[in-house]
Amino acid sequence: MSSYRLPKGGRIDRARPLNFTFDGKPMQGLAGDTLASALLANGRQLVGRSFKYHRPRGILTAGAAEPNALVTIGEGGRTEANTRATLVELYSGLTAKSQNRWPSVDFDLGAVNSLLSPFLGAGFYYKTFMWPAAFWEKVYEPIIRKAAGLGRATYEPDPDAYEKCWAHCDLLVIGAGPSGLAAALTAGRAGARVILADEGFEPGGSLLSETATVGGKSAADLLAKTLAELADMPNVRIFSRTTVFGWYDGNVFGAVESVQKNTATVDPNRPVERIWRIAAKQAILASGAEERPLVFGGNDIPGVMMAGAMRSYLNRQAIAPGKNTVVFTNDESGYQTATDLEAAGLEVAAIVDARADGVSSWSGRAPVFPAALVQDAKGGKALTSVTVLKGGALVTIHADALAMSGGWSPIIHLACHRGAKPVWSDAKAAFLAPEIQEGLTIAGAAAGVGSIETCLADGAGKAASALKALGFSNATAAFVPVADTATVSKPLWRVHGSKGKAFVDYQNDVHLKDLGLAVAEGYGHVELAKRYTTNGMATDQGKLSNINAIGILAEARKVSPADVGTTTFRPFYTPLSFGALTGASKGKHFQPVRKSPLHDWAKKNGAVFVETGLWYRSSWFPQAGETTWRESVDREVLNVRKNAGICDVSTLGKIEIFGKDAAEFLNRVYCNAFLKLPVGKARYGLMLREDGMIYDDGTTSRLGETHFFMTTTTAYAAGVMNHLEFCAQALWPELDVQFASSTDQWAQIAVAGPKSRLILQALVDEDISDAAFPFLGAKEVSLCGGKLTGRLFRISFSGELAYELAVPAGYGEAIADAIMEAGKPHGICPYGVEALGVMRIEKGHVTHSEINGTVIPSDLGFAKMVSTAKPDFIGKAMLLREGLTAEDRLSLVGVKPLDPATTFKTGSHILSEGAVPSLENDQGYVSSSCYSPNLGSTIGLALVKHGPKRHGEHVTVWNDLKNEYTKAVLCSPVFFDPENGKLHG
Amino acid sequence: MASLIACPHCGPRPKEEFTVRGDAGIARPVPDAGEDAWYAYVYLRDNPRGRHKEHWHHTSGCRRWLVVERDTMTHAIYAVSDAGTQDASTRGETA
Amino acid sequence: MRYSAFSVFLNALRGNKDWKPAWRSPVPKNHYDVVIIGGGGHGLATAYYLAKEFGVTNVAVLEKGYIGSGNVGRNTTIIRSNYLLQGNNPFYELSMKLWEGLEQDFNFNAMVSQRGVLNLYHSDAQRDAYTRRGNAMRLHGVDADLLDRNTVRQMLPFLDFDNARFPIQGALMQKRGGTVRHDAVAWGYARGADSRGVDIIQNCEVTGIRRENGRVVGVETSQGFIGCGKLALAAAGNSTVVADMVDMKLPIESHVLQAFVSEGLKPFIDNVVTFGAGHFYVSQSDKGGLVFGGDIDGYNSYAQRGNLATVEHVAEAGVAMIPALSRVRVLRSWGGVMDMSMDGSPIIDRTPIDNLYLNAGWCYGGFKATPASGFCYAHLIAKNEPHETGRAFRLDRFARGRMIDEKGVGSQPNLH
Repeated sequence: MSSYRLPKGGRIDRARPLNFTFDGKPMQGLAGDTLASALLANGRQLVGRSFKYHRPRGILTAGAAEPNALVTIGEGGRTEANTRATLVELYSGLTAKSQNRWPSVDFDLGAVNSLLSPFLGAGFYYKTFMWPAAFWEKVYEPIIRKAAGLGRATYEPDPDAYEKCWAHCDLLVIGAGPSGLAAALTAGRAGARVILADEGFEPGGSLLSETATVGGKSAADLLAKTLAELADMPNVRIFSRTTVFGWYDGNVFGAVESVQKNTATVDPNRPVERIWRIAAKQAILASGAEERPLVFGGNDIPGVMMAGAMRSYLNRQAIAPGKNTVVFTNDESGYQTATDLEAAGLEVAAIVDARADGVSSWSGRAPVFPAALVQDAKGGKALTSVTVLKGGALVTIHADALAMSGGWSPIIHLACHRGAKPVWSDAKAAFLAPEIQEGLTIAGAAAGVGSIETCLADGAGKAASALKALGFSNATAAFVPVADTATVSKPLWRVHGSKGKAFVDYQNDVHLKDLGLAVAEGYGHVELAKRYTTNGMATDQGKLSNINAIGILAEARKVSPADVGTTTFRPFYTPLSFGALTGASKGKHFQPVRKSPLHDWAKKNGAVFVETGLWYRSSWFPQAGETTWRESVDREVLNVRKNAGICDVSTLGKIEIFGKDAAEFLNRVYCNAFLKLPVGKARYGLMLREDGMIYDDGTTSRLGETHFFMTTTTAYAAGVMNHLEFCAQALWPELDVQFASSTDQWAQIAVAGPKSRLILQALVDEDISDAAFPFLGAKEVSLCGGKLTGRLFRISFSGELAYELAVPAGYGEAIADAIMEAGKPHGICPYGVEALGVMRIEKGHVTHSEINGTVIPSDLGFAKMVSTAKPDFIGKAMLLREGLTAEDRLSLVGVKPLDPATTFKTGSHILSEGAVPSLENDQGYVSSSCYSPNLGSTIGLALVKHGPKRHGEHVTVWNDLKNEYTKAVLCSPVFFDPENGKLHG
Repeated sequence: MASLIACPHCGPRPKEEFTVRGDAGIARPVPDAGEDAWYAYVYLRDNPRGRHKEHWHHTSGCRRWLVVERDTMTHAIYAVSDAGTQDASTRGETA
Repeated sequence: MRYSAFSVFLNALRGNKDWKPAWRSPVPKNHYDVVIIGGGGHGLATAYYLAKEFGVTNVAVLEKGYIGSGNVGRNTTIIRSNYLLQGNNPFYELSMKLWEGLEQDFNFNAMVSQRGVLNLYHSDAQRDAYTRRGNAMRLHGVDADLLDRNTVRQMLPFLDFDNARFPIQGALMQKRGGTVRHDAVAWGYARGADSRGVDIIQNCEVTGIRRENGRVVGVETSQGFIGCGKLALAAAGNSTVVADMVDMKLPIESHVLQAFVSEGLKPFIDNVVTFGAGHFYVSQSDKGGLVFGGDIDGYNSYAQRGNLATVEHVAEAGVAMIPALSRVRVLRSWGGVMDMSMDGSPIIDRTPIDNLYLNAGWCYGGFKATPASGFCYAHLIAKNEPHETGRAFRLDRFARGRMIDEKGVGSQPNLH
């Protein structure tokens, strides 16, 4: 016989049936069911197969620690493997499938592994599968991997939404059982801002399945009254279906709320899960206690269940575990289960109490066997009988259900996330965490407190103390203290003499002998035993198994559990979906998008965009008839050099610098001189790191005696700003200098080419002739007949006569349009960063392709820029080191193929002609390359040993990745207009 | 690391608003301090297990550089002050 | 006892009652030729190679906790030799070659699995950087392939190739890269060293270093004084703590790096894959868990725990790379203490103090280096001469301006 639903009782709504399927079979449950209780109601106890031996497994618990009842729920992109049936709130349309079985959970061929188990003991795989070496990847490992794992994840994207929020409170109460409710009530009445979080879909914890009276009232009434009072308090928020998964520094707690995990019809406008980061001034951990399994042969046969879980299913969902139950207990709680089973009219075949002296005053029908042990449970896919050792003799009792209780372990997981170590208490026969840590107090069963009455008092009292520390002097405990009369039994870590496999970690199939083997082989340390046997590494992270494993190790090592200690509790308390952790930061919201103020202008001119960090930059502007990007880029380059072009350079970092010491400041952060830069002039500057390497470059203009305008590269805009602020605030606070980032305030437009002056003069009111506004001029200008003020810089990256015009961002598109209009008769074209790149390589100008964090100024031909006169600048001292002055440093050269019909790629290495390819013979590498339509050849910049001394040397450009070996010659890095005639035109 | 940093200008703010730079316990040497002093400044670290001073920038806030004194074992923060108010011996002097 | 399928079979027939401890638990001797501080991967490998390759067997490894309790037991198990710079590349390739023969060498299955490491690229600049790196690898005979988008798509069709922000363009792949069962590395080296006479002493914390006439002569420990001819530090994240005992300041900061494992899944991803547009990398263990991680938290820490925000960033990048991860659940996160050096590369060198040797600065890349680190360190200790592939890892390279900076970010360890 198997489990079934009783005709009456439970906190279920018999008027609301819910249809679901398990392994394709239609089933019906009721509102108020979990998937686990609904499966039990349908007589389905065998729900999964174990990891290694594929043993049939049933539902063991009614909560988060469930090791067996892992199922795959959902379809398509909503498929969720390894879902604990015990935590799934049943809903109509739920589809669930069993896992790790083939062809079916009832008939699983993998069960053959059980026969091989003597050969598959702990760590057997470390001792074999080594020969031949190549067989590991090809033969052994694929078989092992296929057999391992639990459920199968989907490859389809998740259609649902997630979100993340912050919440703040005076008191966070974790767990809405008796202690948590009492704490929340106490704090709520004191007027504190309270968050009460509980993982269940119904708050109440153990009160939900309690049949005894509490302080004269029924537990259900007490719960209802407390919840009603809390609901009326505007300062109390109850987060149901919310698991607090981690305790982080600064008393921030991570919690995940299941918002739409209880429906098959997901509202796309709401998240399915929500992460809360809860900043709490104080917290009460009222997470309760976990019942310990007993370790005896066959303790995993479907039908064997934790006593408390059986009681919970009976009282909450009116589930009968079977017709005839044996209770095996080392604790009082086994008797509570027996009492409730008998009250429901069910047969209890026997109460097997491991204790000789701890038998409670039992008044039920079932016989009690004191000082007796269940030695073996028997059955295949369902329990049929148990063998009991009683008075020195073995007796067989037929039963279809077995409730076991090995006592209770406080759930202290969260309290140990920040380094606190659990300490063994002989008095409580349990590991306890420090009861009070900064910001966190443990209350109730989680602190080893026994009965419901004492938990109520403990939660209330501890909340009152925590609140008083926060200044709520009126906080009064909602429940008065009572004496704790609960007794603690001597733990029973294992039953001796079992014939069958006695499991310690159910999910990972770690049994008693595995732990013995670990000790024998020297892996007796609790951490080594865990790693060697995998005990505690399953999805329940040892919630059920660790305590027994520690006890068993202690016995084997002949020490106390205190000497064995625990493994480390780490987040997360229960597993957490990637989706929840990701929140809304996915798809195009993975990272913020930055768009230039000229983005729409570029778009309407047909730009192809490229991601550059967070920015989208215009890459090239294809015209009708152009079929390759190269065609467009070649045309843009040739046109700029012949006529003119316009390019969006708004993404460059822009920093306004003010203050009477601004010049002195710049003089210290740049390696070249800035103190005497005249007003109205721009200067190229090299900024070093303190270790002497070039950090960034750009031009800085002096717009006034105490006002400078700095441009940085796009990639380093934020970094340079932080660096300047560091230097000014932390290194030289005595300097009067201030900064404001204005990157987003200005649209900046490069106009380059021989006709650029002609075109710009149409917009600029002032005279910009060479005489009036020579190279490196920088000034504020009036535009379009005084309609607008902009900033004009005569600087050039392309090597052409060129300007950069900055206008307030909102005017960018209008001005760009006006320049295009004015330039139309002169053949202007828009050009993108590709053409810009070609022209800068033609001119030998460097970017971060060369400034890669390992080059100093002299590597790039900037030796003369490094001031020897200045007493100090960032990076000066470190430049003198031997390695930075060495002859053979990689230095900038140009490189071009001997045969212009051949080409090479960036990232190729340089080898001396005829040299054998090897690292020792590596001469350097190509840092930038492009096709130059002006030279009709590929050209490149390269960083090469002794580079400047080797102009004219023939080399091999070596790109083995593409089998390209190009004969080339090293040359000056300036390929085009080396006299800078065009620049000064 | 604490989840919140109490900026002296803005109050307690999430750590994510800040950018850490590194050790604030050693002063920038004077230019002619010699290569050993400069090497020590740029490359050597006390790296204490316990109390430690660090530069943090309130990047998404007031944009001030702060000195955060905290514990590298417990992650507790002892004090936060503005980097500009440190005494000269710890912030460095360029003469 | 030699491990083999046959020994597993025989022992099973005897009820698995005859297995012996994989290593002894000796009482420390008064004096050793070499004492190694740190029973992690590097310390144990050093002891193993000292004994096996250089005949130095009067060696003790002192471990304050249990062996393998540091980063060798809490990393993401990746091995690769895809390095760019001359100082690094041959060293990591030596390590790869040692990995390839390791299990047969030390008779322990560490599950060295050359499943291939792919570094995705999303931009021309990243492609160019990988071209340079891949060619540098090939110059040293290391396998490297630059894969285009379609090739990667065929291998890993479930990646988000058309990512709305950073579409995948291709990948640099090292086929010989892969994963290793990390704990087994510590155990295999421990067992191999022990069988050659090395004393592995657990629960032995070093509390002081004794010097006479400026030379190191031994260590004070929680198990008493232990004398030594040479003292070798292999204390990883705690290097500074030990170096402080001789007032030696190091170019090292200790930082926290978090890593993660998901619930066990049937085979999901075959290779090791790193995302190029965010901090994320992932592989799948033989047990089925997705093992993944991201960047260091960024601040000095000895606490072995990190921040929630970093956890979120890692998950975000993971879903950006593989949208289907969204419904996969993360089981556990943990933090390790990384000995971050000032250029991102390690130090294997003598120190200015006689008889004192240093192995440190592994940043977050120490696991893959374990065999070569042990080999080169053993060479240095035994011969007082650096091994040729570890020659660049000098302690004085910063003072001399000979940094080995793969990332080019300089002396700010939290950027490496």
